[in-house]
Amino acid sequence: MTGNEAVAEGAIQAGCQFYAAYPITPQNELIAYMAKHMPARSGQLNRVFIQAESELAAINMVFGASAAGKRAMTSSSSPGMSLKQEGISYIAGAELPAVIVNMMRGGPGLGNIAPAQSDYFQATRGGGHGDYHSIVLAPSSVEEAYNLMFLAFNLADKYRNPVIVLGDGTLGQMMEPLKKVRNPESKIQNYKKPWALTGCKGRKPNVIKSFYMKEGALEEFNLKLQKKYKEIEENEQRWEESFLDDAEIILVAYGTMARVCRDVVDNLREKGKKIGLVRPISLWPFPKKVFHRFTGKADQRKRFLVVEMSYGQMVDDVRLSCCGKAKVEFIGHSGGGIPTGEEIIRKINEKNI
Amino acid sequence: MREKIIIAGAGGHGIMLLGKILAQGALREGREVTWLPAYGAEVRGGSAYCMVIISDRKIGSPYVEKADTLIAMNGLSLSRFKPRLKENGLLLFNSSLVTGKVSAKARIMGLPFTGTALKLGNVKVANVVALGAFIAGKKVLDKKNILRVIKDMAPQGKKDLIEINRKALCAGIGLINDKS
Repeated sequence: MTGNEAVAEGAIQAGCQFYAAYPITPQNELIAYMAKHMPARSGQLNRVFIQAESELAAINMVFGASAAGKRAMTSSSSPGMSLKQEGISYIAGAELPAVIVNMMRGGPGLGNIAPAQSDYFQATRGGGHGDYHSIVLAPSSVEEAYNLMFLAFNLADKYRNPVIVLGDGTLGQMMEPLKKVRNPESKIQNYKKPWALTGCKGRKPNVIKSFYMKEGALEEFNLKLQKKYKEIEENEQRWEESFLDDAEIILVAYGTMARVCRDVVDNLREKGKKIGLVRPISLWPFPKKVFHRFTGKADQRKRFLVVEMSYGQMVDDVRLSCCGKAKVEFIGHSGGGIPTGEEIIRKINEKNI
Repeated sequence: MREKIIIAGAGGHGIMLLGKILAQGALREGREVTWLPAYGAEVRGGSAYCMVIISDRKIGSPYVEKADTLIAMNGLSLSRFKPRLKENGLLLFNSSLVTGKVSAKARIMGLPFTGTALKLGNVKVANVVALGAFIAGKKVLDKKNILRVIKDMAPQGKKDLIEINRKALCAGIGLINDKS
């Protein structure tokens, strides 16, 4: 199964009730899978699939479906994600759950269809206007793409917040066995949605809005959001680590790049090099906790090498998390190729870091 | 065991399908496997390639920088991907479509994939002839499992395709066995 199909299958099993999207390479297999399976496996969930007339329409349909209390999702790739930003900001402002998948491709502009990780800033910093954050999850295998869809829907409902699943063209296109072995975390958690617009006969009407004109009201609402974000930062940092106990060089990479780095780590470990790997799974909240371990005096010898399919985005978060206490190097490019294992090893040797 | 394969040819050669059958066959043997296509704006007659990795261990990058085996279905793809073959790797190329002398620091085998397919009566199975040559040349996969995959993949109502593909697979294996 391809990564795109695994995301779609994960979403369906995680109880996705509404999906609207507009096609774009390299995530077309996702929308195609949903077109086939959402109606066919509708069941009691009354699933709805819509191929929208545009990305804007799709995200606003998700806004509506979510306001009605449904598990709603859309997907796209980089240029399409830019179009969705207004909608995501509104969803965050209205405190609605939604799952948005971005299989990143080259940019800026229309760019190309090669894999890239250049939308890190857009995803983790908000992306649209206003002080908001989406929760961002980054799978690095087909299996994980499937499993993270459960988490994505659960976190969206739990915090009433948009969740972005951030993959890239490689993950979307590649095939790998999917055993559908669910993580213990991968089950549907049913959160009550007393806020949903379900018809107010016999109860007080619910209001869903992101518009606060009364003096002080918006500030008050923003403070409430910030409190929520703090709670998410405290509870939802996720990462995978290997060989951190004795590593002197620690590679940091997410998604597809983490796979390339894992090969490098295996390769150099065999040669006796003390090298380790941190793979952030949640990009927002960024897993600062793992880096805070290495800001003590004893850890001054550790060096971090961040590898991305971009010209340096996540590296900012690594530097911020290290608080200037550790040396952080960067290697990466985007727009055409994937940084190769050879390149990374060359960088490690040349810098003698 | 880790076998990295690049399969390349023209759009319409069944390059992606060849890779998928190979990957599914490996899956049947309980191996770890990845399949990664080049997904550019591919068109019939344009270039097409995919990368397959078969391994006993968890696979990191699905991207094949240096291949253990290159299967090239035409001259263009042969010259394009030859530099990405490991020294002493296995080079299987389609001698029906490649003219001129081929040199490389590799185990070179030029075999008439297209010619063999034509003899079988369906040019489209040239890819499965090549697959047969690969499994006979590398012996990393069992023929039985490949046949199983072909059976499962054949669409309903087109089960007659199974037999010609079985013949093509056997003919590909024969090409190698006759050579050695």
